[in-house]
Amino acid sequence: MRGLKRLSLSVAAAACAAMLAPAAFAQSGDKPEAKAPAHEISTVDIPVPPLPHIDWSFSGPFGTYDRASAQRGFLIYQQVCSNCHSMDQLYYRNLEGIGLSEDQIKAIAASVQVPGGVNDQGQPIERPGKPSDHFKAPFPNEQAARAANGGALPPDQSVLELAREGGADYLYAILTGYADPPPGVKLMSGMNYNTYFPGHQIAMPQPLQEGSVQYTDGVKPTLDQEAKDVVTFLTWAANPEMEERKQTGVRVILFLIFLTGVTYAVKRRVWSDLH
Amino acid sequence: MVGLHKSEFKNPVINWIDTRMPVFTMMQKEYGSFPTPRNFNYFWNFGALAMVNLVLMIATGVFLAMNYAPNSMLAFDSVERIMRDVNWGWLIRYAHMNGASMFFIVVYVHLFRGLYYGSYKAPRELLWMLGVVILLLMMATAFMGYVLPWGQMSYWGATVITNLFSAIPLVGKSIVTWLWGGFAVDNPTLNRFFSLHYLLPFVIVGVVFLHVVALHITGSNNPLGIEVKTPQDTIPFHPYYTIKDSVGICVFFIVLAALVFFAPNFFASPDNYIQANPLQTPAEIVPEWYFLPFYAILRSVPNKLGGVMMMFGSIAVLFVLPWLDTSPVRSARFRPIYRQLFWLLVISVFALGAVGAHRPQGIWVVIGRLATLYYFLHFLVILPVLGKLERPLPLPESISRPVLGGGKMPGGATAKPMEKA
Repeated sequence: MRGLKRLSLSVAAAACAAMLAPAAFAQSGDKPEAKAPAHEISTVDIPVPPLPHIDWSFSGPFGTYDRASAQRGFLIYQQVCSNCHSMDQLYYRNLEGIGLSEDQIKAIAASVQVPGGVNDQGQPIERPGKPSDHFKAPFPNEQAARAANGGALPPDQSVLELAREGGADYLYAILTGYADPPPGVKLMSGMNYNTYFPGHQIAMPQPLQEGSVQYTDGVKPTLDQEAKDVVTFLTWAANPEMEERKQTGVRVILFLIFLTGVTYAVKRRVWSDLH
Repeated sequence: MVGLHKSEFKNPVINWIDTRMPVFTMMQKEYGSFPTPRNFNYFWNFGALAMVNLVLMIATGVFLAMNYAPNSMLAFDSVERIMRDVNWGWLIRYAHMNGASMFFIVVYVHLFRGLYYGSYKAPRELLWMLGVVILLLMMATAFMGYVLPWGQMSYWGATVITNLFSAIPLVGKSIVTWLWGGFAVDNPTLNRFFSLHYLLPFVIVGVVFLHVVALHITGSNNPLGIEVKTPQDTIPFHPYYTIKDSVGICVFFIVLAALVFFAPNFFASPDNYIQANPLQTPAEIVPEWYFLPFYAILRSVPNKLGGVMMMFGSIAVLFVLPWLDTSPVRSARFRPIYRQLFWLLVISVFALGAVGAHRPQGIWVVIGRLATLYYFLHFLVILPVLGKLERPLPLPESISRPVLGGGKMPGGATAKPMEKA
């Protein structure tokens, strides 16, 4: 109901996971944003403001990805996000899609060590990455990821843009939505206050600040700019087919409108002898 | 009758085949010269649209199945691989995904067309009931298809819906275990859902064939709801309705293309882009939009078994609808009260859809219960009684002469006897 909800529904606090469906549920969520103690002001009760609406380069039926922005976003992913977040669905070769050259991709892939099967003694070995390798994950498994992140699991970012109500606008809002908690609110230990996060308590500390990365193309790394760049990259990662899809769509629909016109004219003609 | 068919086709090859197996004669009879009421409006496109949509779903589905891995460890990734690495995979998947939504839009319009113009009335009862069977099969197919990507909503939707059967007294729990092939929704569930999701569309094709056979025995209803009386009332199906359906099919593809190319996830739940996790319940479990009215009926009843029975009952009443509606007049055009109540039914179904999308609390519970009440009241109480009380408008004499018979008709409750039975 992504589209439908966007029309009507303000995002409800997700933390109250009590399911109202009649079926029995065995487990309740083990989400990092658990409920606040009862004697405090519950962050769940603080309303979530409507998402900011960003005019993205990829918005609209003719939108394309701003390659420079996506590349800056990839830089942020490399230097910041990828310390905790995996991107399992992507291969290094996919980076061609944001305009990186073959040599650049080879160099990026080669900068990580990946499992390379076994040697003649049957011992597992590592080798430098190749463009045909998946993005290397920061942790070998979920347990290791949780152990390193205070029990919380950083979600895989491959399709994160599609997996959140509000998509790119939501991701931007989270990245720029960190704030001091309102007076009277006590956060659970290890939690951070975020204006736009459902329930407001997010395990991820503020990942981006002004100047978190150094851009090489002279663009000023403000928080706003960094957030836009990384969200452009994440949107591309989740929808690498988008440009081809929209461009094909324009042609297909123009053709169909033409075909409808012709068909309707033929229909009128065929039916004309009846009236 | 044993014996060769006397074929009239000039082409020697076609004639040779047709003599031994008169499929060409049959096609000519059923889709060429088939006498069809001349007064269809564009709502009569939707049967053909449903047929086109079914073909689209099977065609895209066959190609998806070539690249999909029905295994709980691989399913989610294999869908992403289709999106990223399979040639035109994104187009095939998005067409299949949005094709399912379009299929329900088309079929719901088709169904409400039947309700408005009384297409379910004698002698078309069996035709209508076969349609309801198709709807049930579609629902089962769509539900199992939605499980296949193995996202969070796939998994938890499957859990909720299969759990409904646990409401059956005594054997409920055993039935659920049997459906799952285990003690929770898991790999065996996914395997069998994939198998059935591939099978059922062909069962649908079979029932659609029967639906069309029944249609071609009774002939089509029409917006006036009166029988065909003279040859002037009909025109051959081809070219008149082949071309008129083609116009509708073009418009259908424009809408589908707008969804597929520009808003492919308009009807999708973001949660289904998160891989299924049995240990983490999503904040809200919401079925696909086309199930929302039924989901709302389910949740409007405080008792689980009662809710399940009401939900299935909402389809069951459609089965017996031809005998619930006692009015001899088919078309709502000539039923002033029914026409208004029809729109009330439409509103209540939309209201149920909205209720199904929201948490059952506050005003939504009230709306849900009122709409559920009206839904059943409409079919079970109002339609049987209304047929006896309502004074229908005078019916036109024939389709080709839609003018009323010079005011000769008294316009009483006794409609023309020909419309009965």
